[in-house]
Amino acid sequence: MDPEIFEMENADIAWCPGCGDFLILKALKQALADLELGPEKLVLVSGIGQAGKLPHYLKSNIFNGLHGRSLSPATAIKASNPDMVVIDVSGDGCMYGEGGNHFMHTIRRNPDITNIVLNNMVYGLTKGQASPTSQKDFETPFQVDGVFEEPFNPLAVAITLGASFVARTFAGDIPHMVDVLKKAIQHKGYSLVDIFQPCVTFNKVNTFSWFKENTYLMDDTHNPYLKIEALKRALEGNDGEGKFPLGIFYIKMGQSTFEENLSVYKKDKTPLFWRKVDKNKLKTLIDSKRSL
Amino acid sequence: MLVKPMSMIKLEEDVSLVLCGEAGQGIQSVENIMVQALKMGGYHVFSTKEYMSRVRGGQNSTQIRASSKRVKAYRDRIDILVALSKGAIPHLEKRITENTLILGDEEVLQDMDENQYTLLKAPFISKAKKLGGLIFSNVIAAGALSCIMGVDKEIFDELITLLFASKGEKILEKDLKAGVKGYDIGKKLLDSGRISIKIDKNPAISKEILINGTQAVGLGCISGGCKFISAYPMTPSSPLQVFMADNASEFEMVFEQAEDEIAALNMALGASYAGARAMTATSGSGFALMQEAVGLAGMIETPVVIYIAQRPGPAVGLPTRTAQEDLNLALYSGPGEFPRIIYAPGNFKDALELSHKSFNLAEKYQIPVFILSDQYMADIYYNLPSLDIENLDVEDYLVETDADYKRYILTRDGISPRGIPGHGKGLVCVDSDEHDEEGHITEDLNLRTLMVDKRLKKMDKIRKEAIPGEFFTTSNSSSYETLILGWGSTYWPLKEALLEMENDDLALLHFKQLYPLSSQVGELIKKAKKSVMFENNAQGQMAHLVQMETGLKIDHKVLKYNGMPFSVEEILAVLETLEEE
Repeated sequence: MDPEIFEMENADIAWCPGCGDFLILKALKQALADLELGPEKLVLVSGIGQAGKLPHYLKSNIFNGLHGRSLSPATAIKASNPDMVVIDVSGDGCMYGEGGNHFMHTIRRNPDITNIVLNNMVYGLTKGQASPTSQKDFETPFQVDGVFEEPFNPLAVAITLGASFVARTFAGDIPHMVDVLKKAIQHKGYSLVDIFQPCVTFNKVNTFSWFKENTYLMDDTHNPYLKIEALKRALEGNDGEGKFPLGIFYIKMGQSTFEENLSVYKKDKTPLFWRKVDKNKLKTLIDSKRSL
Repeated sequence: MLVKPMSMIKLEEDVSLVLCGEAGQGIQSVENIMVQALKMGGYHVFSTKEYMSRVRGGQNSTQIRASSKRVKAYRDRIDILVALSKGAIPHLEKRITENTLILGDEEVLQDMDENQYTLLKAPFISKAKKLGGLIFSNVIAAGALSCIMGVDKEIFDELITLLFASKGEKILEKDLKAGVKGYDIGKKLLDSGRISIKIDKNPAISKEILINGTQAVGLGCISGGCKFISAYPMTPSSPLQVFMADNASEFEMVFEQAEDEIAALNMALGASYAGARAMTATSGSGFALMQEAVGLAGMIETPVVIYIAQRPGPAVGLPTRTAQEDLNLALYSGPGEFPRIIYAPGNFKDALELSHKSFNLAEKYQIPVFILSDQYMADIYYNLPSLDIENLDVEDYLVETDADYKRYILTRDGISPRGIPGHGKGLVCVDSDEHDEEGHITEDLNLRTLMVDKRLKKMDKIRKEAIPGEFFTTSNSSSYETLILGWGSTYWPLKEALLEMENDDLALLHFKQLYPLSSQVGELIKKAKKSVMFENNAQGQMAHLVQMETGLKIDHKVLKYNGMPFSVEEILAVLETLEEE
């Protein structure tokens, strides 16, 4: 499939020139085209922020909901129609800040959706405040003395909660992004893909070259099926120790998905909107209230 | 010492039984047993409970009315009080009169003034302790009352078996024994000559439906095609959540306990976007958390049904009590301006039919529809001959999309045909930002105005469909001096009071749709010399809404906000004062 199929001819793109989001958009289109997943099959769900606008620039069904809340509709869309491929696209503020509670509990639920987080360690749309993943000492118009909170470690949290697929990639490496995104989308169950991405306007610290210098690609020596190994890797790079690894950290096999656990799909995979009310059953239920 | 002569309690036509004890003593089980036992015994029954937000201690009570006529409202009157704790009598002091026969153990009654109260010893607790624990006092009390009311022991045993079989053979055996003790006590009480009961039984009643207000709403939701419910536990909306979860498998619904109310409504909207009729259920502060997503429903024009079982606020308030305080919250919830419908059923038939209708109208107009109930309405039980679902059909408003489908295409009535992803050749795009016809983000200010107008335009048709409410008089004449108004759960207490008054100058207008109001409402109010609104809140929220919608000021507001429902007697007292004015 040609990635052109996802082109939005008249889209008025609101990203800054040189933004890492353009590269991620390109990689996502490529990954979807490689997997032969056309626009009609896709639902892109997002919240609010510069990352949350991505679905408007990729031809598909879209649900651009509220800030931080995207995983809730994404989970429900998949649960209501498991035939759809559901991809959540959020930023670090949306997913790890406003949506932190939903992030934790969606991982526990394990719906078969892909959660892409465009992580630039800063708030873009609201102009440069610290995000949950901002590194220490990062100065902003709000954090005038620099950030003193511990940065949120999404990968470690996800691995600890038993997320079924956890990966990190970098906007500066399109082939790596395409490869990781394809594996995440194909993975059955919840997949987190955190994408390091420079914000050219509001983050003058974590730049393209900073990410290049402070990350490394994991090689075959990493076994993503071992939780403790995955956790060790996820802790690297934090507290200024070593570099941040890129690649697939963790894969949990054999876990049933949220949809599979729902009794409604045990016998019949039909999406919910096709299902009718069985009036005879309802009459039986009402009549059951006549006796003890 | 002056000894009060042995009085005899005569109960005719309509009896009010109240059981009171501490949380953990199983007062709830007694209610479950008694309503079933009495209905099976051929009586019309009604029950309501009031309880504290605690697992142990405190005082909980339940009123059970049994009658030869249909009874559906809370009354202050207590004919027989079963006091299972020392605190029971002080707790219910205001409702006890010399005509109340108080049954209880010696330890419960010993400090009570015999001149003030009509007391009769009955060893519920001491027999329970002999059986192995205080907990059996509830079944003993239920047995005694069933015996007094002339319910066959076989029916009683069958009930006990059904209720306690799941707890294991040993416990069931003891509860059956407790029933025997209860019937023994009941026989002795009857033999004492202090109680005489004359209420006609009708065996046909045993075949009637016995449900509570929660179940009536739940049946309506299922009949309305609900396929997805996501909610967070909160009293008094939890019983509906339990009902839907219980029936999820049978009726092909997804039930999910969300991590919070915010997720609950956002999930429901996701499901609805994907074509599943969806709802959430909540109360007070839980609904406050949902307001953001109510705005989302308005903006993306995605149908959803929101059940709010009200309780007194603000904040946590009184978790287990009743109120009608969240009308304003529902009416104004969510940022921005968009259409909505608010229903408030006052009886089980309406609860069924309005809940059903909520789903159809949410789909038809692509809006949030609210079902406003409350603790009282959610928890009351009464029997009724049937619930007819024959004409309750699911009206399908979804379209199969074409390749050039536009989700928000501008139309004359503001309603854009609603497609869903995966059904047709088109793409379905919805956006919480202001959007263009395709559903993509826009900051075109002319388009913004058109979109606001489009959304609000739907109100024209919604208004035309508004239910005027139920108008009721005890006379055949169409003229009246005083118009009594109420909404939601005050329906039966108001109606029973009016029937008892038999005053031709009085009429009742009960609202089951609160917003928007039907244009007929103004005419009915204008015809009265005086209008009186009864509400379970402190500010008269509905009276204000009526004034806002009709321009007419309600003359009197009768407001109760202590957490208890209006009793028939309280309403009668108000109506009598009005008569004297």
